[in-house]
Amino acid sequence: MPELLVQEVSSSYGKIKILDQISLSLQKGEIGCLLGSSGCGKTTLLRSIAGLQAISDGKIYLKDTLLSSKIKQTATELRNIGMVFQDYALFPHLTVKQNIAFGISNLNKGEQQKRIVELLELINLPNIAKRYPHQLSGGQQQRVALARSLAPKPKLLLMDEPFSGLDIELRESLAKEIRKIIKSENITSLMVTHNQNEAYAISDTIGIMKDGKLLQWAPPFTIYHQPTHPFIASFIGQGVFINGTFTKHKQINTALGILNSNNDFKDGDEVSVLIRPDDIIHDDDSKISFKIINKDFRGSHYIFTLLLPNKEHIICLSQSHNGHDIGSQLGIKIKMDHAICFKNC
Amino acid sequence: MRTISKKWFFVTLVVTILLTTPIWLLVSFIFEPTNENWTHLAKTLLPEYITNSLILMFGVSIGTLLFGVYSAWLITQYQFFASNILHWALLLPLAIPAYIIAYTYTGLLEFEGPVQSYLRTIFSTQTVLQWFPEVRSLGGAILMFSLVLYPYVYLLARAAFASKSQQIIEVSKTLGASPLRIFFKVALPMARPAIIAGLTLALMETLADFGTVKHFGIPTFTTGIYRSWTGFGDTTTTAQLSLLLLAFVITLILIELWSRRQAKYFTHQKNQPPITTKITGLKAVIAFIICSLPILLGFIIPTSQLLAWSINSAQTSFNKEFFELIWNSFYLAFFTALITVIIALLLAYSKRIQDNKIIYTLVRITTFGYAIPGTVIAIAVMILFTTFDNYIDSFMLANFNISTGLILSGTLFILVFAYTFRFLSVSLQTIDSGLSRIKNSMDETAITLGARPTRILTKIHLPMLKTSLLTAFILVFVEVLKELPTTLILRPFNFNTLSVRAYEMAADERLADAGLPAILIVLTGLIPVIILSQIMRKQHA
Repeated sequence: MPELLVQEVSSSYGKIKILDQISLSLQKGEIGCLLGSSGCGKTTLLRSIAGLQAISDGKIYLKDTLLSSKIKQTATELRNIGMVFQDYALFPHLTVKQNIAFGISNLNKGEQQKRIVELLELINLPNIAKRYPHQLSGGQQQRVALARSLAPKPKLLLMDEPFSGLDIELRESLAKEIRKIIKSENITSLMVTHNQNEAYAISDTIGIMKDGKLLQWAPPFTIYHQPTHPFIASFIGQGVFINGTFTKHKQINTALGILNSNNDFKDGDEVSVLIRPDDIIHDDDSKISFKIINKDFRGSHYIFTLLLPNKEHIICLSQSHNGHDIGSQLGIKIKMDHAICFKNC
Repeated sequence: MRTISKKWFFVTLVVTILLTTPIWLLVSFIFEPTNENWTHLAKTLLPEYITNSLILMFGVSIGTLLFGVYSAWLITQYQFFASNILHWALLLPLAIPAYIIAYTYTGLLEFEGPVQSYLRTIFSTQTVLQWFPEVRSLGGAILMFSLVLYPYVYLLARAAFASKSQQIIEVSKTLGASPLRIFFKVALPMARPAIIAGLTLALMETLADFGTVKHFGIPTFTTGIYRSWTGFGDTTTTAQLSLLLLAFVITLILIELWSRRQAKYFTHQKNQPPITTKITGLKAVIAFIICSLPILLGFIIPTSQLLAWSINSAQTSFNKEFFELIWNSFYLAFFTALITVIIALLLAYSKRIQDNKIIYTLVRITTFGYAIPGTVIAIAVMILFTTFDNYIDSFMLANFNISTGLILSGTLFILVFAYTFRFLSVSLQTIDSGLSRIKNSMDETAITLGARPTRILTKIHLPMLKTSLLTAFILVFVEVLKELPTTLILRPFNFNTLSVRAYEMAADERLADAGLPAILIVLTGLIPVIILSQIMRKQHA
């Protein structure tokens, strides 16, 4: 039995459907991450799980207990769910210690103190108990907000864009640290973000959302290498689509040559094939070569844009030492076991 | 959720209706046919009311701009001797009500006053009489208003200059523009909406004034309304005269709203600390004079005069009657402030919880009292409650043969009612800005941590709102203490306050005896100025 179970949850605002039959589950201690552009409904889903918003259909369970359904709404304060908000929402008139103590006022003073010390150790800020939020840096505030929501030992931790207020350099390192903290407390968590790198750094399972639908719910590797939807393929990582025709024996005829596939399309089906830059390996000795029409310097490597005979483009990463110029030919190898392709409509 | 919404909506609606009924009743007098008093008025005094009001507004516009705008520019752009003190000291005249500064300058500049007496020792009596301008005149009134009202312009102009134009000013410098050219061609046009907004506030105060024009014998709307009420006792004409004044005020409100919207276009969100240039020598001396002159004339001289009067009359004035005066003023101000803050808190929460357009509009309507002259509000409230009392009386007489007489008219209740309507927006603005600091996510965090509504209120909202509530309370308290015409018209028989006493003494030509109540009003008036300057410093930091 999963710790969190979301079953065909829908939510609408007037006539507009914000969530459309979403289902997902998280095992005890698993960290999930909802990824999508703004307005896709990911925050609404998070708030529905927290009970801050009602759902119009479906069911939400937390460890066998039904929290939300079309007719039932357990009050947020009774759900035992912790939530970290985008703006951290630290109480400005309370010290760090008082902030953390807010949710554990039912414990006696000694126990409270013990838990606070424990949490401050955990977030690696043992000496800030007496400070006020405005005396902390953004990253420190973020960790205090996390500690505050962890204090009552919630069954589930929700985080809404927890890193968006921070410097880009800080985000990934903090995401890793937060993962460590959550894992050590063994708390099931669900986070929302629009940043892929954060999602990779923190989560065990990623869900891609678009227009209120959950398109795929899978581990990061699967999301990247086996996207089930063209949107995911273009949303995650770099890549381009080229046209192809399905032939017998699960092969695809493209301008790049014949590629293998896992799909069961019919002979003659027109498909779009996803070509990632890491599928194309630069190799000066290769017999296959294409004309370079653009190159972008990225420090450690160049991004080459290559022109296929049928005027389609592909991109290829190469070490920045090599000096091929625009207009010249670049030799490549294709390193691809099974091409990702989607049937054209 | 839905039932709570309905409750809040209902409460907001009731508050709005209750507080604004007097004004709607007043407006209904548009449809009342005019009587012979009005015909007489229209032929004789009305043209004079209108011309005088227009001249006053025109003069005060020029005066407040002269005192307020360039000083604001100098303060935001340059560093010179005492500039960091002048920065907040320029707000000091705000503590003095116009009628009080008028009394002090009358005392200083009249025939027996120190200035003319001194001049007579140098020149002949004839020359002084001939050349010395009469302070109790239109020109004198314009100067008085300008001296105490320019801080409105200064405040908004300063904010506009400081917040938005820094980068644009720097660009202008790189394009080779001289400081004076930058001021006229860049900074001034950009700050214009803010300056106009400040100006409309000053003009609203000018129109609302009763004490100054009464003392100077200038016939305007407020004195006319007072005269037709106390003199003729003619409700219809008084109400119609009030409506005409209201039309002027509404025009000002519209201009203010428009200019505030314009000001938004020009405002940069980024609040960079302004970079000031250090100036020395003659330039610094001129800047110092420009910025300190308004303070000298608008605060230091009048307060010194008041202090001198108070000290001279202290022995005779400090008696039982005077302490009763203080007690009356303070408990009236205290209760009004308390009630106003409670109502403002209610409306502020209603807006926060509901976030809907109808509630917004209702609250907006309720807060327009700040723009309506105290005289007009007093008359409107008086008409409403007299009508109400008479209705009850005749009903009881007809049905039970009991005469109830006047129940509410002539009691402190209607006075507090009028004040609350007039000063609601002052407290609402303060509480609104305090409440906006408590983000929704904080409430939601508290809920996820298991807190119930009462705990959220006592542990999060009240502690975070404490300062705003106190500030709102103080602001209303001081406004009530300063307010003259509302108190004068609505006070119960034989009930005196500091402002009324100052007015009565001045009316009896006993200016020196007006000193003590006046200085008390000014001293309490300093509290909000201090609060304001503190807020300014925080924004600076």
